[in-house]
Amino acid sequence: MLTYSLKRLASAVPTLLLLITVAFFLIRIAPGGPFDSERALPPEIEANLAAKYHLDEPLVVQYARYLWQIVRFDFGPSFHYLDWSINDLIAQGAPVSFTLGALALLLALLIGVPVGAWAALRQNRASDYTVMSVAMIGISIPNFVMAPLLILLFAVILGWLPAGGWAFEPSRMVLPVITLALPMIAYIARITRGSMIEVLHSSFIRTARAKGMPEKEVLINHALRPALLPVISYLGPAAAGILTGSVVVERIFTIPGIGSYFVQGALNRDYTLVMGVVILYGVLIIAFNFLVDLLYAWLDPRIRYDEASA
Amino acid sequence: MMRRLCLIMALSLVLIACGNDPASDTNSQPVGLMAEPVPFEPTESGRPPLSALAAEQIVHRGNAEEPQTLDPHLAQGVPAATILRDLFEGLATTEPDGRIVPGSAAHWDISRDGLVYTFYIDQDSRWSNGESLTAHDFVWSWKRVVDPATGASSARMLAPVSNAEAILAGEMSVDALGVAALSESSFQVTLESPTPYFLGLLTHPTTYPVHRPSLEAYGAAHVRPGQLVSNGAYSLSDWQVRAFIELVRNPHYRQADEVIVERVLYYPFEDEGTEFNRFRAGDLHWTYQVPSNQFRWLQANMSEALQVTPWFGTYFFGFNLQQPPFEGNLALRQALNLAIDRNILTSRVTRFGEIPTYSLIPPGLPDYTPFVPEEAAWTQAEREAESRRLYARAGYSQDDPLTVELRYNSSENHRRVAVAVAAMWKQVLGVQTRLINEEFRVFLQNRAMGRVTEVFRAGWIGDYQDAFTFLELFHSEHARNDSGYNNPGYDRLLEQIAAERIPALRRNLMVEAERMLLADQVVLPTFVYVSKRLVNPRLKGWQENVMDHHLTRHMYLLKARSSSPVPDEVQESAEDG
Repeated sequence: MLTYSLKRLASAVPTLLLLITVAFFLIRIAPGGPFDSERALPPEIEANLAAKYHLDEPLVVQYARYLWQIVRFDFGPSFHYLDWSINDLIAQGAPVSFTLGALALLLALLIGVPVGAWAALRQNRASDYTVMSVAMIGISIPNFVMAPLLILLFAVILGWLPAGGWAFEPSRMVLPVITLALPMIAYIARITRGSMIEVLHSSFIRTARAKGMPEKEVLINHALRPALLPVISYLGPAAAGILTGSVVVERIFTIPGIGSYFVQGALNRDYTLVMGVVILYGVLIIAFNFLVDLLYAWLDPRIRYDEASA
Repeated sequence: MMRRLCLIMALSLVLIACGNDPASDTNSQPVGLMAEPVPFEPTESGRPPLSALAAEQIVHRGNAEEPQTLDPHLAQGVPAATILRDLFEGLATTEPDGRIVPGSAAHWDISRDGLVYTFYIDQDSRWSNGESLTAHDFVWSWKRVVDPATGASSARMLAPVSNAEAILAGEMSVDALGVAALSESSFQVTLESPTPYFLGLLTHPTTYPVHRPSLEAYGAAHVRPGQLVSNGAYSLSDWQVRAFIELVRNPHYRQADEVIVERVLYYPFEDEGTEFNRFRAGDLHWTYQVPSNQFRWLQANMSEALQVTPWFGTYFFGFNLQQPPFEGNLALRQALNLAIDRNILTSRVTRFGEIPTYSLIPPGLPDYTPFVPEEAAWTQAEREAESRRLYARAGYSQDDPLTVELRYNSSENHRRVAVAVAAMWKQVLGVQTRLINEEFRVFLQNRAMGRVTEVFRAGWIGDYQDAFTFLELFHSEHARNDSGYNNPGYDRLLEQIAAERIPALRRNLMVEAERMLLADQVVLPTFVYVSKRLVNPRLKGWQENVMDHHLTRHMYLLKARSSSPVPDEVQESAEDG
């Protein structure tokens, strides 16, 4: 296992380097620069700003400089939010996005898995259809529709919850967490149901039942564990996505997470900010995929990584 | 079974969706949001008596985007300037009605030739840490602005000051700037040429003083909470990026006794619908804007909160004069200009009370009346007939129509205006218009390069209260002259305006410049912008003004009338008010 883990870690370095390289040069290709505005700057000031941020150097030199910065975990100054560095911005925004994302993820798992399993046990019955239709609606209603509906109902009409804004307090988190979790609940329920049905038809379940094992034990110990494998594969990338925030949910609820930085950074040509969030996202994706692989081995005894080499 | 379930779910969705139509829940305002304020007899100072004021003086203001910085010399844009006007104070400041009055300077002298201004700093002017504000602070701050190393975005604001242009161009040392501290409290400014709007510039954040010791101690981080030392009515107490900026009353402010609002919070909004919802939920007293598609509903249901005021800005289209088809084709530009029905644009498309215009400079200046071209007085039928005549003279016809590209930056409002303009050209002249929308920075770059543009969207909000802020845009060497207008006669006129000291003559020269610009049809003006926002009826003390400057220090929150539902914060009786 250790060898495997080390190998995976080593392979992450070139992946990240490729990601950084592509992102670095792509954002520079976009027309316009970070200091363009409707009120044009005098050329001398423009030149000074370019020099201050090293934008006057050849791109390759800038690239090398940037790599050297990253090695020291310095993501540079923001080109748009002049008073803050990228490290500041991510340090302020990431806890917000992580909290919301983690809560949504937890909620999605707590509801999605049991509902999916329950539907699988009632395959093709009315209750199965009901649950799966609701799930389908959950997947198809985009969050930019769901969020304003929730706000209108719970904040404007009923006045139970705040209409947005952020603080680390439950009342402000309820609506955004629900908005984020709804489509995930639906996905997880559908995936769990599908794979549960497949597992329930496999021979080892039949064997377990033939041995006279109690049904509860069959379902939980023998059926659910392997049935969760596809859910886990879905969760890896989904977790990286949800923890880095959602542009839509942040916009609608005015939440200062890092999701909006993906879009704002690109629109403002805030090169360092774009790079910062892309790298963060890349690292999370790699980390979660690795975690998923480890979970596989734990959930399914047939999967072992080191045996061939050991 | 399945079908019935689907039907039920579809129905319930429709029911929820109905909630999205604001018209269906007129009676569901949170308690007290639209509560009427108590009536009161103002005291001698024009302020309400204490008994009429709400117990808690905390104002929540929506403020569009997150400011790029709170350094007044580096900041750009209206949202940042709004916060900076609360945090800092220039030598001059504005009254609620927009009048320019002494600020940090108690009074000033102007030399006979209009070139030398001497400002006497108010004895009570202090920094938020209690230190006295001195003339040296202004000398140092203004030098910082024009130093190219600072990278001040609006450094050109100080261009009228002697040698500023040369310093900005890197040709002179910063010390050559025409400013001097005659004593601790007298600050002298020497101008390049008499500049009648100079006092107006002193309300702009670029001319505010910054606290040198903090800047030297903290560098770029001097604007963080706990480190920012400012000289305005408020000081910075908290700043959560993209969540809120909180200011508290500055006890060292020269008129701290007259400031009623204790705390003000500014919230950035990336989405106007979100801001609207927050206002409806009672979270905000003041919004930056209103959703453009909700005007009718707002008029019907929230008229007491809706505030629409003409603004010092014009929405226009520019022609690229450096390329065919508009290069040297005045008749064609005039034809396109006359084919537009401004009344339809404002009454059917923008619909917020924008003012149709044929002039470049918006009305509302105390000492300038915009030049109005003769077609403004014609009927639309007359304009269209003339438009067709000019179109034919330019060499086009219904059978051989002009094909033109109309470029705008991606935005729903700009798209709607562009579609309407294209439809009018098509209807009156048969012009084939291709609409091109571009992301903002791509659009700006294309406009500036002038290679691919034909007709492009433009607009300008005046930087200072003077017609010159619009006229200077079309100087052949101005960086924002995206039309590529190059008329030596016009450039000469601008130079004359800059040098003219007699107000009446200067005004005539400016009218002549505007006339020239419109006669050459460099631009196609459409309407005058309006500022539009929602304001809680209990928030008073502010007034409409054409510059749209609203300082929190003039504001106050009144108690709600006791007969109407009262929110928690003001539950005391208001009978004595």
